[in-house]
Amino acid sequence: MNRIDELFTRKRRKGQRSLIIYLTAGYPSMEMSETLINVLTDAGLDMLELGVPFSDPIADGPTIQKSSAHSLEQGTTLKKILDMVPRIRQRTQMPIVLFSAFNPLLKYGLETLVKQAADIGIDGFIAPDLPPEEAGEFMQLCQAKNLKLVFLIAPTTSEARKHLIADKSTGFIYYVSTKGVTGARDQLSRDLQAQLRQITTYTDMPVAVGFGISKPEHVKMVVSFADAVVVGSALINVIEQHANRHDLPTEVRRFIEWLQVPLRK
Amino acid sequence: MPEQYPDATGHYGDFGGRYVPETLMQALIDLEAAYTTLKDDAKFQKELNDLLRDYAGRPTPLFLAQRLSKAVGGKARVYLKREDLCHTGAHKINNTLGQALLARWLGKHRVIAETGAGQHGVATATTAALLDLRCDVYMGDEDIERQELNVFRMKLLGARVIPVSSGTKTLKDATNEALRDWMANVDDTHYIIGSVVGPHPFPMIVRDLQAVIGRETREQILEKEGRLPDYLIACVGGGSNAIGLFHPFYHDREVKFYGVEAAGFGLHTGKHGASIIQGEVGVFHGSKSYVLQTDDGQIKPAHSISAGLDYPGVGPEHCFYNSTGRATYVGITDSEALEGCKLLCQTEGIIPALETAHAIVYLQKIGPEMTDGLIVVINLSGRGDKDVYTIAEHVGHDL
Repeated sequence: MNRIDELFTRKRRKGQRSLIIYLTAGYPSMEMSETLINVLTDAGLDMLELGVPFSDPIADGPTIQKSSAHSLEQGTTLKKILDMVPRIRQRTQMPIVLFSAFNPLLKYGLETLVKQAADIGIDGFIAPDLPPEEAGEFMQLCQAKNLKLVFLIAPTTSEARKHLIADKSTGFIYYVSTKGVTGARDQLSRDLQAQLRQITTYTDMPVAVGFGISKPEHVKMVVSFADAVVVGSALINVIEQHANRHDLPTEVRRFIEWLQVPLRK
Repeated sequence: MPEQYPDATGHYGDFGGRYVPETLMQALIDLEAAYTTLKDDAKFQKELNDLLRDYAGRPTPLFLAQRLSKAVGGKARVYLKREDLCHTGAHKINNTLGQALLARWLGKHRVIAETGAGQHGVATATTAALLDLRCDVYMGDEDIERQELNVFRMKLLGARVIPVSSGTKTLKDATNEALRDWMANVDDTHYIIGSVVGPHPFPMIVRDLQAVIGRETREQILEKEGRLPDYLIACVGGGSNAIGLFHPFYHDREVKFYGVEAAGFGLHTGKHGASIIQGEVGVFHGSKSYVLQTDDGQIKPAHSISAGLDYPGVGPEHCFYNSTGRATYVGITDSEALEGCKLLCQTEGIIPALETAHAIVYLQKIGPEMTDGLIVVINLSGRGDKDVYTIAEHVGHDL
């Protein structure tokens, strides 16, 4: 069974919700990424979105743009990121999803990538600029290796497209909480709950909510009606603030435990 | 029945499509639906055609450049399609008038645009003023510094120029920022993209709006020569002026298309804007096309003396023309372009934009192949007033 399916099945059985963390690989360095992922693992993180930096990330706000640019300056490549995964895998069975703009994946070669990903224990992909209409080949390759290809639903998505996406997405559905780019926000959209309720009327697929989530209040609100919550930029901000300090791992651990509070029952 | 491109899903063969964050998908679908209706709406077309005639100055002349013809060997008759005589000095206005009108018909009161040299920004600001739309133009910090005059023009026309300090601080980053803005403000904002690039339906809309160039050329050359031209030549950055000229001749297989890309410091130096000649298939700014990229799939910065060709991607329809052999793409370096600029200034008394100068100088390269009576049309896509500082700098003249 794919680890993503296994996670949500187990959580639902226990009536629990999940925290997913997005991390820009190679920020502030590849070594530190590995250390931080181990910290997240030890803290009992439910799922990791391992972010592949891209030179032109159109869906990302300033925080992830900066972390991506910094990571690329350090010489991060998709190959180096993939090389790191087996070492992470030795320590944890948490699902790992590769989160990337489509071009680096395409350039790597989809067939090679999918085969390698399956071998090293990656569980799926999220390519935010790849809608299901353009994903035919990638979907087939993923399906053949039992990897998940997760599609996104946005507040602007029409009813008809929501059905299409719910039908094509595998593993879970990523619900984008807000119009606009990624980035920590103070307030979440008011009609988030209504939007999610509507999605659950026609699909049983787990739903994760991301974009803008920055604090335990958000986590608490979101998990009251979604299976999982994704935090990215807010953690990148913490890493940025402590980037060159010895207490970075401690601060990351503290931050994630702070986010996890509403998830403990 | 002739083949139609793009197909129903927005593809030109293997290229094009719609690779954008989900937030923008509905807006693109709505835009396509609205455009499909308006394209055949007599009232919309009349409003657009009236503006093209009375405001932009169409039709533009097709001029037989006799001294230029002589200078490049004397065998061919070289015609110039005078897009430089359009209002704002380039073909860009054909697109911005159509799209600004489209925005108004869509009920959107705000338009945004990206700009490199500032030509598309000025054309957008111009039409926004005309049609009473709020206008924000994204422009890289580097370009703002290089193109002070156009920045001021846009402001004078009532637009806000928003500096972009991310990435390479040039056109590609301004495009990223415009897309991000559109994601957040898609309800009341239309994005007037400046070339035949981006996600479907943009490459199709911009092509259709620029195709007026080729339609007029066809009529004019038939009137002057009684037959179709042998060669069409145009410069290609994103590729809108070239597609505008080529597209109406697509099914006339005897008419050869030459797209001239920026070879910058030379194709071998890696510092150029020749996405078709040297790029590889990738997904960039919402569509699949040839892209200048690293082995790791990161976008490489382009280089050209002309800001309008300084772009690491290219329109999907050009990629399609290239892959099927319908058009031939060639490179012209910065220094060759400067020669082309001088050539046209001194033979015809026309200062071309540096972008256009790439197309002009290519004439000299095909020189030996030119046979008696050959008819060549070059798209004179823009005038060179904006470039005089750059040209002066390169010829060592202090202005």
